[in-house]
Amino acid sequence: MSEERDLPDGWELVVGLEVHVELGTATKLFCGCPNQFGSEPNTNVCPTCLGLPGSLPVLNATAIDYAMRLGRALGCDVNPSVFARKNYFYPDMPKDYQVTQYGLPTNTDGRLELADGFVVIIERAHIEEDTGKSTHVGGDGRISGADYSLVDYNRAGVPLVEIVTAPVIHTIEHAKSYVAELRDILLATGVSDAKMEEGSMRADANVSVRPVGSDALRTRCEIKNINSIRSIGRAIDYEAHRHIDLYNNGDAPRQETRHWDEAAGRSRPGRSKEDAEDYRYFAEPDLLPLDPTPEAVAAIDAAMPTLPQARRAALVDVAGVDARDAALLVERGQDELALAVVQAGANGESAAKHLTNNLADGAGALTVAAFAGLLALESAGKLSSTQAKTVLGVLAASGGDPAAIAAGLGFEAMDTAELELLVDQLITDHPVEWGRFTEGDKKVQGFFVGQIMKATKGQADGKVVNQVLNARAAG
Amino acid sequence: MSLVPESPQSATAIAAAVAAGEQSARSILDAHVARVDQTESEIHAFNHIMREQAMASADEIDRRVAAGEPVGPMAGVPVALKDNMCTRGVPTTCSSRILEGWEPPYNATVVERLAAADAVVVGKTNLDEFAMGSSTENSAFGPTRNPHDTSRVPGGSSGGSAAAVAAGFAAVALGSDTGGSIRQPAALCGVVGVKPTYGAVSRYGLIAFASSLDQIGPFAHTVADAALVHDTISGHDPLDSTSIPSAAASASSDLARGVEGLRIGLISEMMGDGIEGIAPDVLARTQAAADALGAAGAHVSPVSIPAAIYGLSAYYLVAPAEASSNLSRYDGVRYGQRVDGANVAQMNTATRTSGFGEEVKRRIMLGTYALSAGYYDAYYGKAQKVRTLILENFDKAYEDFDVLLSPTSPCTAFPFGDKTADPMTMYVNDVCTIPSNLTGHPAMSVPFGVGSDGLPVGVQVLAPAQGETVMFRVAAALEALR
Amino acid sequence: MAYLARLELSQDELELFTEQLGDVLEHAADVEALDLDHVEPMAHTVPLRNVVRADVVTATLDRDEVLGQAPASEGGQFRVPRILGEEP
Repeated sequence: MSEERDLPDGWELVVGLEVHVELGTATKLFCGCPNQFGSEPNTNVCPTCLGLPGSLPVLNATAIDYAMRLGRALGCDVNPSVFARKNYFYPDMPKDYQVTQYGLPTNTDGRLELADGFVVIIERAHIEEDTGKSTHVGGDGRISGADYSLVDYNRAGVPLVEIVTAPVIHTIEHAKSYVAELRDILLATGVSDAKMEEGSMRADANVSVRPVGSDALRTRCEIKNINSIRSIGRAIDYEAHRHIDLYNNGDAPRQETRHWDEAAGRSRPGRSKEDAEDYRYFAEPDLLPLDPTPEAVAAIDAAMPTLPQARRAALVDVAGVDARDAALLVERGQDELALAVVQAGANGESAAKHLTNNLADGAGALTVAAFAGLLALESAGKLSSTQAKTVLGVLAASGGDPAAIAAGLGFEAMDTAELELLVDQLITDHPVEWGRFTEGDKKVQGFFVGQIMKATKGQADGKVVNQVLNARAAG
Repeated sequence: MSLVPESPQSATAIAAAVAAGEQSARSILDAHVARVDQTESEIHAFNHIMREQAMASADEIDRRVAAGEPVGPMAGVPVALKDNMCTRGVPTTCSSRILEGWEPPYNATVVERLAAADAVVVGKTNLDEFAMGSSTENSAFGPTRNPHDTSRVPGGSSGGSAAAVAAGFAAVALGSDTGGSIRQPAALCGVVGVKPTYGAVSRYGLIAFASSLDQIGPFAHTVADAALVHDTISGHDPLDSTSIPSAAASASSDLARGVEGLRIGLISEMMGDGIEGIAPDVLARTQAAADALGAAGAHVSPVSIPAAIYGLSAYYLVAPAEASSNLSRYDGVRYGQRVDGANVAQMNTATRTSGFGEEVKRRIMLGTYALSAGYYDAYYGKAQKVRTLILENFDKAYEDFDVLLSPTSPCTAFPFGDKTADPMTMYVNDVCTIPSNLTGHPAMSVPFGVGSDGLPVGVQVLAPAQGETVMFRVAAALEALR
Repeated sequence: MAYLARLELSQDELELFTEQLGDVLEHAADVEALDLDHVEPMAHTVPLRNVVRADVVTATLDRDEVLGQAPASEGGQFRVPRILGEEP
């Protein structure tokens, strides 16, 4: 499943993730330009997002709301906040400073619980503006070796929330699950379409390693330009092994920002260490502080949809579904159906098994009532599990009533007495095989089951068949 | 030689005459342009004269008046704009090579408001580069000369606007004031100059120097004219987050009310008791102003603002720090001058090194230093605390006084080159004006006689936040007592 | 420091500036000496909070007007010399 290698014995992976999320507002953070992906270059610009001399920023109320919503969905405290200028020169930055939040961010101290119960600590989720986009011409299209670059400021000023975890992730699976879960939360709350392929969600990984048992943190590298969840795994894997190789050679990694090259499957050094930036942060004088009211936060909490973790927990606690099935159902959006059918009296595990095994492509036209009816028929023994699967398929494709469909297909539950007669006949016809079965040869069980299925044209319930066979062999 | 016209027509008179059809906007414009053609070559108030546009505006106003259509409260008033305010399609340079030829694609809010009031823009005036200076000697396009004596500076940074009004090129002008850049040139040129409450006038379209200090304000011959302009340009602007949301205090409402019973505090530190270097003739004129107000019915007494002595130091940490950040955008990428380089960083450096003058570079370096890691707390951080201290002093004073009084500039107009050798000597020009920028309070300069050299002296009236009504009231009284 | 500000200063300028900066900072020493532990820094003189606008689209600029002012452009984008090093 995973193409990543295990770390050599004795080493532990330490990862912190910084995920930038573009908020799905209609307009940019500081101006009324459209927040739109894919427009013609430099057509969604104005004096403010171009940073023209004399321009000024005015905060987008919806962006603030979305940021607080995201914070609360991550269990953060929502704080009074102040915007700050982060000063550095780069051509995709219209003002050559980025307006962000530094000492007093909107959201702090959150947590995200993964499906397996692991909790990722979230230090902060702050608001900032996105930069423009540069493309490099000449060379191989990568930044080094280019002849010149072209800049499009459509993206400049788009509202971002940067979510920063503590360095508490120790497996690649958790790193990937975290980002996947984060995306689910973003979609559930409606604050972003979180499409990594379009750049509306971008992940940077801070990677270091340490000897197992140590709790000190060693030198970390920040890996940027990771464009998919799969790349997260590959990048972390590569980087961790790079660090270990350095340590094993008596060397050590330098603290630096590195650039992930997906095609080559390796990270490359970014800026050299001499260019260590002093961002000279100070409070943005053109913007006033934000002071979220308790009413605003309460309104956000009241409107919060049920988040994936809560949905998984409901399936486990209420419907008795096991944790793995619960995760799968929530991922597919089938949990509400499972819960509803349990409320109608059906057995949660059976419902879950049918959904996970037989409805991978979705429930289609299946209604709660029909599903409940089907499960009732099955649990009463009136339908075998194979028959139930067939009926389910019909219900999903075109709806209807389960009993009617079953009757229409000529399904009727096999009488156990009839089965026993069949078994007797088979024992008579195949004494040698029966002898082997009674002595414990499990392989020959399949033979008998197959014979019964042939004789009943598949209508026997496999579970019941095995029960009868075992009972016969024992008795 | 003085190039100051004897009896310039006031803006209020012009607006009334034009609206009534008694005088045409065009004839008024022509009279002002005639003076420009006569003496601008000696004064150099303008970076750019908008002859065609001004004539078109004036003609359009005359057409509307003739057709019986309504016109705005500043109909036909010729106005000059400091060249750090964006005018769409018209060069806006901040008197810097780095913006030479740049034509903004939008208008500053104040420009829109003047247009809506039917004022006629004559041109863009000269300034110290990026508004950094107190003499207009830092302009990349040559200095402006004081119309009272062309061997002397007009003050700065809004020297061009002050001179344009003093020389009769425009009836009124707009400048910007970050540490005294309206009030000090007003004092040196013998005109009225106002820095409104921070947030009273929109900064949208004002090319930023120090964002938490900058304010746009009027120059005029009379307090009433300044009030007319103030009331036209002030008021909430949704495009400026720091814009005061409520309606601006009226500057015009109490002009004729007199000063009977008002409590006026004469700031002792600025009258020689704490701050050094204020010229005796300036002190004398300020005292005379205080005495005159007392005789007119106000209660005048000394007041101490102890933290005022720290204003200069705090300002010269805060302003350059914000400026160093505000001026980063001039990188040769999107507009303005570009000097090529092997890569973008080299292009940035070459462009900025070539495009910025000495004073601008000095302040950018100072500001970068004040903000840099390791120095933030000692410099910028502390300076921001000093602002609070100064504000506390003023708030306390305003419990006992309605307005305060002080000299505007420590000296009258000085000769060119006098103060350029050592930056500190130039910086001291702002010592009386800076505190109001640090607190955000309004303050204005009113001409009050001349110094021992016959050159104009300005007296500063200071008021609490949004105290324009009482400030203009006292200023009007002072004007009448000259 | 000069590189942080993208300014190249000649040796003379560097010396002069260092001296002048020193003067200003010396003057600022009286600020440095103040005990201001109990004082809040003032970043804004306007006592406003929560200044926001509605999430509604407003007019954008005409691209030609904008690019007409650019020192160099190509295909509707701003053109710059090669960028060394990744974004910080």
